[in-house]
Amino acid sequence: MPKEMDRQLVGDLVAAGVDFVTSVPCKQLAGVLEVLDETTSIRHVPCNKEDEGMGLCAGAYLGGGRPCIVMQNTALGVVVNALATLIQFYHIPLPMLISYRGEVGEKVACQVEMALHTNAILAQLHIPTYHFHHPDQAAEFPGILAHTQMCSKPTAILTDASFWGAAT
Amino acid sequence: MNRHDLLKDLIPVISDHLVVCNIGAPSQELAALDDRTSNFYMLGTMGLASSIGLGLALTQPKPVIAIDGDGSVLTNLGTLATIANNPAPNFILLIVDNGSYGSTGDQKTYTSAKTSLASVARACGCETVVEAEAEETRAAVADALRSKTMTIIVANCDPGNVDVPVITRNPVAIRDRFIQEVQR
Ligand SMILES: [Mg+2]
Repeated sequence: MPKEMDRQLVGDLVAAGVDFVTSVPCKQLAGVLEVLDETTSIRHVPCNKEDEGMGLCAGAYLGGGRPCIVMQNTALGVVVNALATLIQFYHIPLPMLISYRGEVGEKVACQVEMALHTNAILAQLHIPTYHFHHPDQAAEFPGILAHTQMCSKPTAILTDASFWGAAT
Repeated sequence: MNRHDLLKDLIPVISDHLVVCNIGAPSQELAALDDRTSNFYMLGTMGLASSIGLGLALTQPKPVIAIDGDGSVLTNLGTLATIANNPAPNFILLIVDNGSYGSTGDQKTYTSAKTSLASVARACGCETVVEAEAEETRAAVADALRSKTMTIIVANCDPGNVDVPVITRNPVAIRDRFIQEVQR
């Protein structure tokens, strides 16, 4: 059953003109994905791997669409080349709504390993990064989506366990 | 017939359409043969031409031909499942299968041995999969364009590249002129 927060984030995507979403699921994002599938103005094309998803998003952008990718932070271990040589090289605006696993509240020890590299990878790639730790911070999402289009860059929105735990 | 000759033969059929072309030798050969604003050249990122082509076909109505290679499809094999399950009638994926990694010196790929990408595509659920010899490829692409049915073409050709220059055009210039063609 989706939370109000899931509906709020997807509503912000719709309001920002996002019409194409690709995803690889994460437990924390299950509600977002459920709402996405109910949202007729967004075409949701699940991908098998997140670099494939970046290709789909690049194509959607070339076609006049406004894409977004929904994924887990572990995917940053997969997409560095696609980000650098496709999304950044061709200046494609791409918000990345990311489940930030491995932060306080995490139950799976292995998730901490990629959490340790998450900000370092994003900083190394000079990707504007926003961390939602408390539900109130989601109020920044519309501004981040507008900022992404303005600067034609990939941006990362990290949503951690505290954020999802406190979200209603 | 190698990839260069296959592309040369194909030009009358594809030149008026949106083409997404694979990294390395395929893009360089196409650019040297027939540089068009309707060609999107991949300058990096192995394996994503089919994904870019599908995203493009799903978001606008014009026909899209993605020219990919056997090595690149093998590196993004999941793409065939995504394509099968999100069919776009205006999408043609042309896999130029020369059984080798052409851009890196023609090291053999697994399609030169036991692996059939046409069988993989069918197993993934792609409904229209055509296997063609290099000489038959132009007709296969023309048929696919006429059919307005999503088609995967696996074109069997010889390995080998020709000596053509690297693409030096700015990526954002390639992007912008391509978007203008999409919107025209
Ligand atoms: Mg090859």
